[in-house]
Amino acid sequence: MVSAVKRLAAGLLAVVGAASVGWDGAAEAQTSVKIGYAISRTGPAAGGAAVTTIPNYELWVKEVNAGGGLKLGDKRVPIEVVQYDDRSSAEEAAKALERLITQDKVDFILPPWGTGLNLAVGPILNKAGYPHIASTAVTDRAPELAKRWPNSFWLLGTSADAAKTLVELLVKLRTEGKIGDTVAMASIADGFGIDLSGAARPALTAAKFKLAYDKTYPVGTQDLSPIINEVKALNPDVFIAFSYPPDTIAITEQSRISGFNPKIFYTGVGTAFPLFKQKFGANAEGVMGIGGWNGDSPAIKDYLARHKASAANGAEPDRWASAVTYAGLQMLQQAIERVGKVDRAAVINDLQSGTFDTVIGKVKLENNMPTKYWWVGQWQDGEFYGVGPSGNEGARAPVVPKPAWKAQ
Amino acid sequence: MTNAVLTGLVLGGMYALIAMGLTLQYGVARIMNLSYGEFLIGAAFASYWLFTGWALNPLAGLAFVIPVSFGISYLLYRVLLTPLVRRARTRDALEVDSILATFGMMFIVQGIMLTMFGGAYFSYSFLAVPVTIVGEVLALNRLIAFGLAVVVGLALYLTLTRTRIGTSIRAVAVDPIAAQLVAIDVTRTSALAFALGGALVASAGVLISMFLTFSATSGVVFTMKALIVVVMGGVGNLLGCLVAGLALGLSEALVATFIDPGLTLAVNFALFLGVLLVKPAGIFGRAQR
Repeated sequence: MVSAVKRLAAGLLAVVGAASVGWDGAAEAQTSVKIGYAISRTGPAAGGAAVTTIPNYELWVKEVNAGGGLKLGDKRVPIEVVQYDDRSSAEEAAKALERLITQDKVDFILPPWGTGLNLAVGPILNKAGYPHIASTAVTDRAPELAKRWPNSFWLLGTSADAAKTLVELLVKLRTEGKIGDTVAMASIADGFGIDLSGAARPALTAAKFKLAYDKTYPVGTQDLSPIINEVKALNPDVFIAFSYPPDTIAITEQSRISGFNPKIFYTGVGTAFPLFKQKFGANAEGVMGIGGWNGDSPAIKDYLARHKASAANGAEPDRWASAVTYAGLQMLQQAIERVGKVDRAAVINDLQSGTFDTVIGKVKLENNMPTKYWWVGQWQDGEFYGVGPSGNEGARAPVVPKPAWKAQ
Repeated sequence: MTNAVLTGLVLGGMYALIAMGLTLQYGVARIMNLSYGEFLIGAAFASYWLFTGWALNPLAGLAFVIPVSFGISYLLYRVLLTPLVRRARTRDALEVDSILATFGMMFIVQGIMLTMFGGAYFSYSFLAVPVTIVGEVLALNRLIAFGLAVVVGLALYLTLTRTRIGTSIRAVAVDPIAAQLVAIDVTRTSALAFALGGALVASAGVLISMFLTFSATSGVVFTMKALIVVVMGGVGNLLGCLVAGLALGLSEALVATFIDPGLTLAVNFALFLGVLLVKPAGIFGRAQR
């Protein structure tokens, strides 16, 4: 709590400070690199930003400044942060970014959290020529957007790819005789759930799976037991829920209570959150979900430890977009240092063509997007390992069938 | 069928529980408290903190949370809202003023929670065990919340109709000016009703924190739900709250089971509109003037 107050004070100071020294900054030699961001501290997106984005931004700035700062040519220059709350609103995010660009005159801008806000700020960053490393946006329009806005980089991929990978894994497991072909699918009637179920539906049908249940539910549904009860009566081999964090928790809890234990139990956003492990403990074992990471890699283990040491209350990162977010920051840093000065066009160029050494391994972008993603993860021995695509380095074999729920 | 009905009753009980505090605050004290949901989440955090930090059973935690929130709400009314009440010439003016004041309070309470706990989601497991009732499996924690909603609703109803203080509370709800003529201390009674509402919303927060995932910013959802239930049941009427809450919960569960879970919101609002078209003052509300 003390640290939270301090952070608040530091944030206020940074804003006040930025406002008062703004007029004399440009003419002198570079004494700091100003990095700005607008992030959802309040509103519906705050829950995601607090887990995935904010701790990584803070960790990165802390580490870079502890090492003397960003290396520009032959000297190191510390990072100075200017940040605002976008209140989870696209208009606020746009206003804050305009302010960062025109008034605060920041050198680089870090992206907001979530698909919607990244889409909203895309045109602004493109017009102003800032690199836009969208590390928490999943959209099927990513390839098209990367073409339209060459300054934008879409590190988390497309929902079509997510659904395709899941179905590929199911096909493989069916071929191995581990599962049958009845699938039940529930999805949230909101952006992400619509995209994912829209992509999964034809993919499942094409792979000759029998879709026994396929329904959506509205955002904010407070009791999902009717869905679980109905699905349980159908006794499917595979249960897929394209859900948001609160429903991911509620669906898992309700399934445990109802004793619904299909061979494959897959839930959406939030499965990879540390909260999931903390809440379900040993019952998380075998649950699959969107995301995952190479939990055995030393780089990831090291990142996990540093994140825990830096974040408030020793919070762990989530096992999907957190590491990607941090990798995006490493890429930005390496690009800036290779260019050696605040030259945004050159940095964009380097991001497009360079190879980067990050916590998620070596990254080289093609058409402004990575070539490898983790789409299916599974809780195994208290860690959320990536299991799909199975060709990824460090992919574990899925544990199927899912072990039975334990009594608490 | 049995399952849908049971699930609906339990969900409806939760809705009623969430809304009962607001019906007191809005119906009697005439404070349209927009920060209502924030107080609910505040209690949920208190319960989380007691449970994870002190290993204190949330139900035992109620013994701590209820008096504290009663005190806080009482003070809030006396310090912050009484000047507004004094200033307001009419009830409508007070309603507008209280909306503005509590809208500001919403940000303050939310800010405090964000500073203390951050914006992440919180959830813990307590009594998340299956219970079998007439052959159907339900979660014990939801069942307890339902039971308490019924008990609290009936107890308050009896207090309001059978006791002296209850009668004076109802008198203030009906006409605060005339109530003064029969020697009722309107300010004190309103403060009491407001604080009672605060204690109720806190107990609701503790109970739902046992099974819902919450974050510092999720209060507004509950304010909205409570408002719907209160308006539908008739402002200031506890039985109305219970009936409206159960109607919403039942319709939601039945539609989710037999038609499509995607239509639950639509059915909620259709029911809400339907009731208001037939009875503009709510199920148990009396038309004023």
